Amino acid sequence: MSSYIRNKSTLLFSVLGLRIIKGVSRFGAFLLFCWETVKHVFRRPYRFELIAQQIEFIGAQSLNIVIMTGFFTGAVFGLQLGGIFKIFSSEAMLGGATGKALTRELAPLMVAFLTAGRSGSAMTAEISTMNVTEQVDAMEAMAVEPLSYLAVPRLVASVIVFPLLTIIFIFIGVIGSYVIAVSLFDVDVGLFLDKIVWLVEPKDIRDGLIKSVIFSVIVAFIACHSGLHATGGAKGVGIATTNAVVTMLLMVLASDFLVTYLQVRW
Amino acid sequence: MIYFEHVTKTFGKKTVLDDLSLHIPKGKITFILGKSGEGKSVTIKHIMGLMKPTAGKIMVDGEDISLFDQHGLMAYRKKFGMLFQHAALFDSLSVCENVIFPLKEHGTMPLVEMHERVDEVLEMVGLPEIKQKFPNQLSIGEKKRVGLARALAMAPKIMLYDEPTTGMDPLVSEMIDELITEVNAGNPELTSIVISHDLKAALATAENIIMLYKGKVALTGIPDDFRHSHDAVVRQFFSGRVEGPMEFL
Ligand SMILES: Nc1ncnc2c1ncn2[C@@H]1O[C@H](COP(=O)(O)OP(=O)(O)OP(=O)(O)O)[C@@H](O)[C@H]1O
Ligand SMILES: [Mg+2]
Repeated sequence: MSSYIRNKSTLLFSVLGLRIIKGVSRFGAFLLFCWETVKHVFRRPYRFELIAQQIEFIGAQSLNIVIMTGFFTGAVFGLQLGGIFKIFSSEAMLGGATGKALTRELAPLMVAFLTAGRSGSAMTAEISTMNVTEQVDAMEAMAVEPLSYLAVPRLVASVIVFPLLTIIFIFIGVIGSYVIAVSLFDVDVGLFLDKIVWLVEPKDIRDGLIKSVIFSVIVAFIACHSGLHATGGAKGVGIATTNAVVTMLLMVLASDFLVTYLQVRW
Repeated sequence: MIYFEHVTKTFGKKTVLDDLSLHIPKGKITFILGKSGEGKSVTIKHIMGLMKPTAGKIMVDGEDISLFDQHGLMAYRKKFGMLFQHAALFDSLSVCENVIFPLKEHGTMPLVEMHERVDEVLEMVGLPEIKQKFPNQLSIGEKKRVGLARALAMAPKIMLYDEPTTGMDPLVSEMIDELITEVNAGNPELTSIVISHDLKAALATAENIIMLYKGKVALTGIPDDFRHSHDAVVRQFFSGRVEGPMEFL
């Protein structure tokens, strides 16, 4: 009986061990992929045209939704906080508090989520389609490095576009909370702005933008990696795309926690 | 010039190339025959270094290509032009952009000359009027001709054709077969490797034929060797009959 239990637990441990080894080696392969891609960023040929195309693609695709979401996020935050601040008769703080929350946390995170859903999925789908239809093979056969042609432009464009969208999100979000503050809580315009300037420091903006850059890198790397490793026809494209988006969201959240921890502690 | 030495390739449990050794001579048209799923496409992907053998080695011009690093592999591939079985055109690019792609990536000529070259190769495959179309607007036969034009654009030293005439009507097939011969005749240095099911074309065009069966070479030689072969598998392939030693699974 005891040997039976021991056997069972050894089995459990070996299965678990195998899982862990597999996971670690896959993560290692992913990191290697990231490193190779980064090396290609600084290597000729520099593909400015493709980068511009990707900026337009990601930016144009996500701009509307970022503006809408930004406005409503700011407005809802204004509503929620307004109710609380009213108890302390400090409704004027509404702008500052919303601004701070948007800058440090909400804007980078929401932008990453929205862009992962819109552009991250599109990137994965596009690259994995190219992969399963041998277009990536064809590219390699013509001695063109797929990392340089496909991954680098998407990475660079994301790193440029995410912070820009984040800034737009903050701006629109503040407008959203302003509309609520002025129309529902009778906050004075000058006071509203004063409190924002007083509460939101340059450090907050810096921290928020750092987050946004980190998220952009995560989204682009996962999109390109999943795309270039997709197998199995149209079905494989679908699987790669959903998996990629889920992974992006989880990784963004996990890194958000880590980065916030470091930023708050230091 | 291209040697496979005891090359084995397995996918999971499935062995596709089984201790395969073969030789493809320089400056000739070599046909690789074999039934569907026999590993013909896998074979030429090995030549390009797009797949790596599970065991054995591939020597090209005296060099073991599995020893190349990524950089060396890229340089090596510049010698080749490859037509993929399903054309593998970039579907986000127009026909013109597809054909000009290798020229822009590696070429040093001015843009005007690149466009002249594009016109020239599209003319060669008999599709002069479709430069602005996109791959999803083309038939499979047209796609493959564009793929062929793209492969020819860089005037490679070695041309690989994966089923160049599948999906084309008899007239266009004939034209493509003639094109292969013509391109080869125009350049005595050029090595052409053609994958095909089309026996008639192989006997008419090939200077050397390799027939694959069960991951190995069933027979290799000049067309006459195949016409006069008594090998049961070769005879069955030639007669196109289902009955015989060849297994279809
Ligand atoms: N990337 C891959 N992963 C797994 N199996 C593969 C892969 N590529 C090819 N195969 C398998 O290898 C075998 C040979 O494939 P290949 O494409 O070389 O056949 P083929 O001789 O070109 O056939 P056809 O004339 O139909 O094109 C097939 O059974 C296929 O399933
Ligand atoms: Mg094939």
